[in-house]
Amino acid sequence: MNMAVARSEFSLPGIRCAGCISKIEDGLADVPGVRAARVNLTAKRVAIEHGEELDTLALKDAISALGFAAEPVLMSGADAANHAESRRLLKALGVAGFAAMNIMLLSVSIWSGADGPTRQLFHWLSALIAMPTVAYAGQPFFRSAWGALRHGRTNMDVPISIGVLLATSLSLFETITGGAHAYFDGAVSLIFFLLAGRFLDSAMRDRARDGAAALLRQTAPGGTIEWPDGSTKWFAASDIAIGMRLLVSAGERFAADGKVETGTSEVDRSLVTGESCAEPITPGMAVIAGSLNMAGPVTVRVTAVGPDTAIAGMARLMEAAGQGRSHYVRLADRAARYYAPAVHTLAALSFVGWMIAGAGWHQALLIAVAVLIITCPCALGLAVPVAQVVASGALMRRGLLVKDGSALERLAEVDRICFDKTGTLTLGRSQLAGSPNLAAEDASIVLALARGSRHPLSKALGAALEAAGTRPAVLQDVHEAPGFGLEGIYKGMRVRLGRPGWVGASGFADEALSCGYGRNGHTAHLFCFADQLRPDAEAAVAQVVCMGLRPVILSGDCREAVLPVAHRLGMTARADMRPEAKLRAVQDYAAEGDRVLVIGDGLNDGPALSAGHVSIAPSSASDVGQNAADIVFLGDSLLPVPIAIRAAQRTMRVVRQNFALAIGYNALAVPLALAGRVTPLIAAIAMSTSSILVVANALRLNRCAR
Amino acid sequence: MTGIALLIPVALLLGLGGLAAFLWSLSDGQFDDLEGAAERILIDGEAKEREPD
Repeated sequence: MNMAVARSEFSLPGIRCAGCISKIEDGLADVPGVRAARVNLTAKRVAIEHGEELDTLALKDAISALGFAAEPVLMSGADAANHAESRRLLKALGVAGFAAMNIMLLSVSIWSGADGPTRQLFHWLSALIAMPTVAYAGQPFFRSAWGALRHGRTNMDVPISIGVLLATSLSLFETITGGAHAYFDGAVSLIFFLLAGRFLDSAMRDRARDGAAALLRQTAPGGTIEWPDGSTKWFAASDIAIGMRLLVSAGERFAADGKVETGTSEVDRSLVTGESCAEPITPGMAVIAGSLNMAGPVTVRVTAVGPDTAIAGMARLMEAAGQGRSHYVRLADRAARYYAPAVHTLAALSFVGWMIAGAGWHQALLIAVAVLIITCPCALGLAVPVAQVVASGALMRRGLLVKDGSALERLAEVDRICFDKTGTLTLGRSQLAGSPNLAAEDASIVLALARGSRHPLSKALGAALEAAGTRPAVLQDVHEAPGFGLEGIYKGMRVRLGRPGWVGASGFADEALSCGYGRNGHTAHLFCFADQLRPDAEAAVAQVVCMGLRPVILSGDCREAVLPVAHRLGMTARADMRPEAKLRAVQDYAAEGDRVLVIGDGLNDGPALSAGHVSIAPSSASDVGQNAADIVFLGDSLLPVPIAIRAAQRTMRVVRQNFALAIGYNALAVPLALAGRVTPLIAAIAMSTSSILVVANALRLNRCAR
Repeated sequence: MTGIALLIPVALLLGLGGLAAFLWSLSDGQFDDLEGAAERILIDGEAKEREPD
């Protein structure tokens, strides 16, 4: 037996309780070859240690047998880096918290009147605790400030770093010379408060990204490859090479571009191109990676992999389109552009002023540093992250995952919305149009047949009948005729569900969106399907128009399919757009000065999503769409879109109030500092109260997503 | 004064002990799945005995 141990991770979107954990962990422990399985409920993942004889597909089947849908997780470098960043911040926060508490205790006894050798001892102890802490826990700020300064810019971390470093070195000097005032407590608690804000911000974004990653269906992370000798093995998409034979069963997505060799079926390209109609494929026709095989199993000869595929071409477009957004400067950093020079000039002026007034250079320097500490933007540094953490938390409870830190800032500025049609305004899946209109006996036969196939139409039909309370009949010998439909025997009679022509029905033009049901000796019955609007789509569009935003539809679908939707929602629309055309349309709007919100789901929306000022995708989107979007919303309703815009606008209002509070506070305290009246005690009180004010104001956002 | 000389090192060591415990539990992955930890208490019964390999 092979003793090598491999590790696989699967995402489990369906788990939510202790029962699921024990079912999966105990169930997997019984699978031969599995060494250990550990479920992570927060990330909705399971990590499995197993012998190398088990491959990904076997494990996936084992989890499915336990009743859970699982998708293999391909760890991306960016995810791991984000988690490492949160962990580093948390460690720094722990160290700063320990130091701040101990130094504060020593400081309290100094403020209460300790003097002479005791004060001297306490100052030295504080210095010993503070200096390693500043060197370790201050790193996130120093790195970011240095990065900005090196590029000739300034950000919020520049005044923070200068304030902390000056306060520490001056306090050290005071300690060595036996002075009365040391500001170690101020410097360390400043780092502690700011790290708390940063950590919450980073942790919230990790949670949103994990949540979004758990939703990813991974547009075919791999597929089953058939070797010339007839054996099959599952390959990850990145390991598939040109010339391999790829087996794709019904309901599976194509993992690579290729040509059909055997089998006939229908493919749904809606995630790739936005077309809502399924297209029939026969041997010799080309298929593209990411499209869904609907009807029967096919074999595909792989013709392109890696950078040559249609998907990789899209990725290059997206990369180019996303570069504009990286130039966005966050509000806090824009504020710092004015704030930092102002406080540094003020401190320099107070130094010069006191020198001229005849105070010694020692006292003048003390006062200048006191000014810097008082104006150190503790509250400013908290104003943005705390408001965003509270708002993102409120939005997450409403099913909106905010993945990007500056997404809410950008969303609040939006004045134009570009909607994709298929999968965004509509549900992107076919649903039974009208009621089935069947006798009870027929309905139960149809349900029994529909359960035998993974074809989207039969699934939709089954769901509709189940919702109407139908129970399946008992059929014998149900089997699927690939490309045609299902057949079975009911009380000695042959019953069929499938293509209208095959069951004997006629008279409906659009074969892809209809299916028939035939029973020996009865007239055939026809079901029609349509891709329907999302619930609340009309209300959502009306609300965004009410907010003064201008919506427009950019669709890759044909005119005939787009016009009815545009008419019903009262929007202007552009149809037949290729991904490049969508991208250009978004860029044109941006060139006219519009801030564009792009809402889309497909691969073909990827470039436009990256180019938009901000972007939103539904959770049903392709992985490319979800990765490119700043915000992902769960569920079928479209109402989360106006909710998110309103919440973003309220968040920015609170952020501005916070800025005003923090600056107003400084305006009160700065004259004290200029007059040389600020002791370490006053500095500590001023800093904590302004931070508490700002945090309390941000907590009001807890209800912003109502 | 002698009291302080004893108490301050004790207080600092206790604090450092707490900090070390926190850093250890963090790197040990005990904060990786907070929701799961809250739910696991509800799992009934003993964990299955693993047969010795």
